[in-house]
Amino acid sequence: MSIPMEFYLVVSTIMFFTGVYGFITRHNMLAILMSLELILNAVNVNFVVFNRFLFPGQMEGMFFSIFSIGVAAAETAVAIAIIINVFRNMKKIDTSEVKNMKY
Amino acid sequence: MEPYILIALFILIIPIFSFLLLGLLGSKMSHKTAGLIGTTGLFIVALLSYITAFHYFFSFGKVGETYEKFSASFQWLHLTDHLHIDLGVLLDPISSMMLVVISTVSLMVHIYSLGYMHGEKGFQRYYAFLSLFSFSMLGLVLAPNIFQMYIFWELVGVSSYLLIGFYYTKPSAVAASKKAFIVTRFADLGFLVGILILSYFTKTFDFNELTNVHGSIFHSHITTTFMGFSVFSWATLLIFMGGAGKSAMLPLHIWLPDAMEGPTPVSALIHAATMVVAGVYLVARLFPFYYFMTPHVLTVIAYIGAATSLFAAVVACTQTDIKRVLAFSTISQIAYMMVALGVSRYGADGEAGLGFMASMFHLFTHAFFKALLFLGAGAVIHAVHSNDMSDMGGLRKYLPITHITFLIACLSIAGIPPFSGFFSKDEILVAAFHKDIVLFACQYLVAGLTAFYMFRLYYNIFWGKENHYHHTPEEAGLNMTGPLMFLALLTVVTGFIPFARFVTSDGLKMETEMVWIVAIPSVLVGVLGIVIATIMYKKPTTISDKVATSMGGLYKAASHKFYFDELYMFVTKKIIFGLISGSIAWFDRHVVDGFMNFQAYWSNGLSSKIKGLQSGRLQQYAWVFAASVFVIAALVIF
Repeated sequence: MSIPMEFYLVVSTIMFFTGVYGFITRHNMLAILMSLELILNAVNVNFVVFNRFLFPGQMEGMFFSIFSIGVAAAETAVAIAIIINVFRNMKKIDTSEVKNMKY
Repeated sequence: MEPYILIALFILIIPIFSFLLLGLLGSKMSHKTAGLIGTTGLFIVALLSYITAFHYFFSFGKVGETYEKFSASFQWLHLTDHLHIDLGVLLDPISSMMLVVISTVSLMVHIYSLGYMHGEKGFQRYYAFLSLFSFSMLGLVLAPNIFQMYIFWELVGVSSYLLIGFYYTKPSAVAASKKAFIVTRFADLGFLVGILILSYFTKTFDFNELTNVHGSIFHSHITTTFMGFSVFSWATLLIFMGGAGKSAMLPLHIWLPDAMEGPTPVSALIHAATMVVAGVYLVARLFPFYYFMTPHVLTVIAYIGAATSLFAAVVACTQTDIKRVLAFSTISQIAYMMVALGVSRYGADGEAGLGFMASMFHLFTHAFFKALLFLGAGAVIHAVHSNDMSDMGGLRKYLPITHITFLIACLSIAGIPPFSGFFSKDEILVAAFHKDIVLFACQYLVAGLTAFYMFRLYYNIFWGKENHYHHTPEEAGLNMTGPLMFLALLTVVTGFIPFARFVTSDGLKMETEMVWIVAIPSVLVGVLGIVIATIMYKKPTTISDKVATSMGGLYKAASHKFYFDELYMFVTKKIIFGLISGSIAWFDRHVVDGFMNFQAYWSNGLSSKIKGLQSGRLQQYAWVFAASVFVIAALVIF
């Protein structure tokens, strides 16, 4: 007996809202970045699950999630680079304290 | 005639040029250079004025039997086809005569000031202002239309303001200059409104058209009335209000006594000889209009003049500041001229136009002897360093030239023949005698009072108890005594000018003869005034104090100038400032400002709330975004 689709969806929903919660509440930039990854991966899970259960003969969902993982990796690299530069310049990565770039 | 228009233009250009030169570069000049530039400029102006006036009266002015008006102007400001403001010059008997008066007195004052103002701080500024004044006053008399006259009218007002406040570190001088400016400015408001009404209904500013008795204006029938009087009555009355302000007629006279805070030569030039007669000149300019269109206004002018002359003469008897005595005497004498205009008729037929001619004659002679009196008083003040009579006495030994010239001027103003004042004053009395016996009686009384207060002044300065002076007063140099002697000479000779041949209301020659029934009593009353003054003041006696006590309230009121200043202070401070302005200011501060402040406060609060949305904090945006998605999702689902 395989695991029903709803279980996967519950997991991905929990992941998504955990990510949203973290994105809004965390002050550490790295934590925000991790929250963002959680949101993306929740979406990836959804893609794969819907492909597997609703359209078993096709592969678009799989490809899409692989594509998305690739984009996320690039995005993470850019974000990490920005964060490192911010840290080098300001010795902190707390969003509530790093305000100089606003002005 | 064409070259004389050009000369008249030069008469205006030279003083304004000298004003600009002294005003802009004065601080880089030595006192001597500045004085020399101003005086030389005025000397040339005086020469040109004499040439112009001489040729006007003896060659080109007379066309047939009449003295015509010659004017040239260019359009400066176009309002409508009828109304346009021109700038130019106008030569006619009265403007030519005024050129002579102004340039002569101004030249004398320029020369005199070289000595009087010697070493004063701001000497160059003083000469710059004198030049400005000369320019404005000459422009005023040469103005060919009433609007140009108004422009120069304001310019003389401002130069008077600047010169009264010359000692700007002295609070009383500053207050006096402000008072003079505000009072005359208030009167000029009436003048401006009068000009606008007049020009609206006659459709012209031009004096030639306004005073052309054969022109269309005098045959038009304008029946528009306002509050029971015709619009022309209002116009001429308001124009007279401007003239009354400048000429210090009751009740707008209050600025002139205070204007004596300025340097004494300035008082001689502006507040005795020239600027203060601008009101008389204005009425004389528009005389045909006054006479034919609004004769009742002319009657009003005569009565205001009579009241003013009597009032000022009474006050002059009680003042102790010698310049103030002269100031009130000036008010009184100008009012004399107003009375003469008021009782005059148009034309030169027999006695009819005598008043007009007498008024101009008195203006002419008064300018010289009053300037002489002021300059003499200046010489006295220069010698004893005080304005007050009680600091003087017995000066005839120390200041012989001043003494003699002052005596000549006093005799002239008292109307003793053969000095000039006798002739002109006599003509005025004759004119009043023919028109209105009440006015005649009033002017007759004033003539006696004039003789009295002038000799009271004379005896208090030059006779009486000799004061103990810290250092012996001595006669000033030739640059001060020279003008005194020249003006004294003029005072002696100008009375013999056959004025009626040159200056009349319609330009025609007029015959005058001595009216003995008026002349002899007027001399007698003058002599009586002098005799009384001699008894009371020649030797130190207590008679004057006894007379003063027996007069009681009248003396007290007169020495307080009949409480006019107090009345004005009450009206302005208590009623206008306190009651009206105070409540308006409260309304403005609390209701109008309050409403605006409330609006500002409210929008300020609102914007600071809205401002929070634009924080630039990404997480806050995300929160709002997510929350909104929840709300919208919830709305869609339920």
